[in-house]
Amino acid sequence: MSIDIETARKVAHLARIRVEEERLPALAQEFSAILGFIEELNEVDVEGVEPMVSVTPMRLKRREDVVTDGRQQKAVLANAPDAREGFFAVPKVVE
Amino acid sequence: MADLNTLTIHGAREKLRAGEITSVELTQACLSAIEGAGALNAYVHNTPEQALAQAEAADTRLKAGGAPALAGIPLGIKDLFCTKGVNSQAGSAILDGFKPGYESTVTQNLWDAGAVMLGKLNMDEFAMGSSNETSTYGNVVSPWRRGNDDAALTPGGSSGGSAAAVAADLCLGATGTDTGGSIRQPAAFTGITGIKPTYGRCSRWGIIAFASSLDQAGPMTKDVRDAAIMLSAMCGPDAKDSTCSDLPVPDFEAALTGDIRGKKIGIPREYRLDGMPDEIETLWQQGTEMLRDAGAELVDISLPHTKYALPAYYVIAPAEASSNLARYDGVRYGHRATLDAGDGINEMYEKTRAEGFGDEVQRRVMVGTYVLSAGFYDAYYNRARRVRALIKRDFEQVFAQGIEAILTPATPSAAFGLGEMADADPVKMYLNDVFTVTVNLAGLPGISVPAGLDAQGLPLGLQLIGRPWEEGDLLNVAYALEDRAGFVAKPGKWW
Repeated sequence: MSIDIETARKVAHLARIRVEEERLPALAQEFSAILGFIEELNEVDVEGVEPMVSVTPMRLKRREDVVTDGRQQKAVLANAPDAREGFFAVPKVVE
Repeated sequence: MADLNTLTIHGAREKLRAGEITSVELTQACLSAIEGAGALNAYVHNTPEQALAQAEAADTRLKAGGAPALAGIPLGIKDLFCTKGVNSQAGSAILDGFKPGYESTVTQNLWDAGAVMLGKLNMDEFAMGSSNETSTYGNVVSPWRRGNDDAALTPGGSSGGSAAAVAADLCLGATGTDTGGSIRQPAAFTGITGIKPTYGRCSRWGIIAFASSLDQAGPMTKDVRDAAIMLSAMCGPDAKDSTCSDLPVPDFEAALTGDIRGKKIGIPREYRLDGMPDEIETLWQQGTEMLRDAGAELVDISLPHTKYALPAYYVIAPAEASSNLARYDGVRYGHRATLDAGDGINEMYEKTRAEGFGDEVQRRVMVGTYVLSAGFYDAYYNRARRVRALIKRDFEQVFAQGIEAILTPATPSAAFGLGEMADADPVKMYLNDVFTVTVNLAGLPGISVPAGLDAQGLPLGLQLIGRPWEEGDLLNVAYALEDRAGFVAKPGKWW
């Protein structure tokens, strides 16, 4: 399957990665090459095969529904590019 | 005492316990080797003060007696592992300056076992790459060269810094991680041993995630015994990772008897590729002879879905990566782009991720986004997960027939030159993982053992694949292979 420039632009936006307009044709071409490779999977008969969910047959662990950690506001914010008054700071979200 | 950094873990353990050397001496030998090896670009964050403090503590414990398994052993740690207060950036600019406030379970287990941290090791960005050319810190250069040719070669990837550091004696052992071959391929390229254990053997907590259903940590070491010792210390149950097994961890070193008489070893016919170099074919044949010589029974087997492993991987791994890497948004840690007046939250995300992620990471995140997007989820992602189930079933069927391990080449070629693949289509680079990626998809343990040199003097490795949770048995077969192969070559020191 060949990916057009419009699809490449849409995917870049969905992935929240800015791609300059002049880079889009090359990107579309790279996607097409990778997807062409992936399309070999269409040769396989997967009728009646369940998609694998877990590589080891195991039940996910359960634990008591209780608080085990917390009250680490300083540590949580320590690596933030912009933290103010105990919060992460971001550009205005609501107009 | 000279050259203590060239010791194996078990060699150093004996000398430390006999009081012939101290951990401080051993650690200093490694630190000066690191200082002289800047040209390899293997270490990216050095922690000499922490190393010497841990070494002194280990010496005290060794003197008192009853010291733990890795007391005083200096190790290098892949940059993918979160280490408290020490830069942990996954080789990415988007995690620039990130210093975790916590320690990964695997590294904590190593420190609890008495090991010493020398520093953090270079790697492909977010472990995406097979040549260590996608790192924000620049390429790692292999200590190996083709004869007298001074062209810089790749150590492989993504654990390229770990591989180069072990091969060049810049540590006694190193941690790696393996999502599609990132421990085994660089181990093969640099003439060292690397094992990826069964999925769930090592906790993934605190290891920066790439593809969560495939990622596993493992040791990269100078020989099989060291791999067994280090793996025992790394793994074990962990309440912080719900996919980490509660099975008790055996003493893997105790499994190394070298006796593999009567063991059935499978040779999968689908691993014989068109256009595979004769040297790889010959090495594989020699490996077969070595195991037969050790008393094993060699059996031709079929793993019919092998050729679909790489395409399935290149759906599943990018899909999981696109989800895992959504967290790098410029809000909580790492890099945030400088914004223009009027830029909103979406511009912040898009600019931050465009500046912070390298080309290969961007490519995989976008491929993952595409295969998970509405309308394509079933055609790509669900189909790949079904094929994955078939690949796993192939292995289950041969194990049910009594096969105890499978012998394959580790890589389709010896190490290539840095930059040699620069103009190649990304898919060509992906072919490096053709022999290793099946093992991740099926969640099995796999080990790469150095087994010979090519005509240019570069190391080649063989891979052994084991049954789930039977790492002890697998290591024992690897031990027998190592013994017969007698690989002792080391890179000549040019750096």
